[in-house]
Amino acid sequence: MSRTHVTCVLNGDPIDFLCNDYQTLLSVLRDELGMIGTKEGCGTGDCGACSVILDGQLVCSCLVFGPEVEGRSIETIEGMADGQHLHPLQESFLEGAAFQCGVCTPGFLVAAKALLDRNPTPTETEVRYGVAGNLCRCTGYDKIVRSILDAASRMSNPQTHKEAT
Amino acid sequence: MELLSANPGAAVFAGATDLIPQIQGGRPEPSLVVDLKRIPETSRIEAHNGVWRVGAAIPAAVLTAHAGLSTTFPGLVEAAGLIGSDQIQGRATLGGNLCNASPAADSVPPLVALGADAIIVGPGGERSAPVSEVVIGPGATSLDQAEFITGFRIPSPSQGSSDAYERFIPRTEMDIAVVGSAARIRVDGDGRCEEASVVLAAVAPTVVEVGAASGILAGRVIPTDSARDPFWDELGEAVVSCCNPIDDKRGTAEFRRRVAQVLARRTVVTAARRARETL
Ligand SMILES: Cc1cc2nc3c(=O)[nH]c(=O)nc-3n(C[C@H](O)[C@H](O)[C@H](O)COP(=O)(O)OP(=O)(O)OC[C@H]3O[C@@H](n4cnc5c(N)ncnc54)[C@H](O)[C@@H]3O)c2cc1C
Ligand code: FES
Ligand code: FES
Repeated sequence: MSRTHVTCVLNGDPIDFLCNDYQTLLSVLRDELGMIGTKEGCGTGDCGACSVILDGQLVCSCLVFGPEVEGRSIETIEGMADGQHLHPLQESFLEGAAFQCGVCTPGFLVAAKALLDRNPTPTETEVRYGVAGNLCRCTGYDKIVRSILDAASRMSNPQTHKEAT
Repeated sequence: MELLSANPGAAVFAGATDLIPQIQGGRPEPSLVVDLKRIPETSRIEAHNGVWRVGAAIPAAVLTAHAGLSTTFPGLVEAAGLIGSDQIQGRATLGGNLCNASPAADSVPPLVALGADAIIVGPGGERSAPVSEVVIGPGATSLDQAEFITGFRIPSPSQGSSDAYERFIPRTEMDIAVVGSAARIRVDGDGRCEEASVVLAAVAPTVVEVGAASGILAGRVIPTDSARDPFWDELGEAVVSCCNPIDDKRGTAEFRRRVAQVLARRTVVTAARRARETL
């Protein structure tokens, strides 16, 4: 089978890769590019472990064809921290013990970032709906929801938070 | 289009949220897939002379974030906002929701209730067809192999007119409708119903319009809650007579008939309230 040559932007850097017509973006990231932060849970859009942001839109990378991303921009979990500085969501997840096995974590973080980019001060209900497309078999969700709310308040009141800690 | 005509095994796709799970589930890969999002008119939203044209390949997340659409067609946007998760809404489109031809597709009842037409292009040029004529059975459409939908033409609601959509699912998110109901209502200056359309999902092989609804509701002042009023029983009977549901793991046929009655009433109440608010 002939492979398609695709050029796109990944976490801010221009890249290119070869893929098969029906290869998913998830498989391109993991198997062609070695970016294994993005996880595969179900492969059918149900679990959200493979979440990435494609041209500003939160999507399941298992439901995107590799050749589709020609000319487009992708953000994955690998692009979330700023060098050595973790994103406030990553810090809250660590402090709030929002993961156990960790398979769902990159997907939750990416989905939570997409939510906070759109709505910096979500209510608990909005957070629960915002990550309704992400499944976790370990934590029972509560710590994840608390950690996202905590990160949202840190990000919107950096000053207050510094004093409190 | 040439690609589609030359390759009988080819398929179009937009969000691929139905197509990829179907391929994963063992359906043979199409010989070729055409990404409709690359055709600019499938992504356009515009309003001209009282008619909206909404591209067929626009993700639901873009529709729900569109202020003009949300105020003009609250029921349609409500339905788009119920499709799957935020991740799915980042991809799922109206064209795909319709052409996948599931009886439970959430955005189809509001499109039908709004009297939308599908704009279809094919080797013979452009034609249009009422959305209600596109799906002919579960998984089957009336489109030719080389045809696809570029967008939908939706008449702007006249003053005093609005729509609503609700569905029942056993969970709060991420499930397929057991029953869905869309309503579009037009009221006069006194809040009296002049015209109504009620369209149900998941109670028959395709969505069904409750043809008798307009006759039953016309001339009535629709209450702001679903309080008992004899004409609700009439509407309920009309709803049941349109239903031809199946029993499955999501609900029995009898349960679906009951839920359809409740949702039809609720969406009529909501659409009528919204309609009065436009006056
Ligand atoms: C986890 C999950 C949850 C879901 N939840 C819901 C839900 O709550 N409610 C619901 O209704 N659906 C749901 N779906 C189904 C699906 O997301 C929707 O039907 C969606 O609208 C399909 O749009 P798409 O653009 O992704 O379709 P695609 O997969 O791109 O296409 C679907 C079919 O339509 C054809 N097609 C697509 N666009 C056109 C066009 N413009 N002209 C002609 N043919 C076309 C394709 O050839 C294909 O056969 C869910 C799916 C998943 C994976
Ligand atoms: S792997 Fe993509 S949603 Fe589960
Ligand atoms: S931490 Fe194990 S699945 Fe979420």
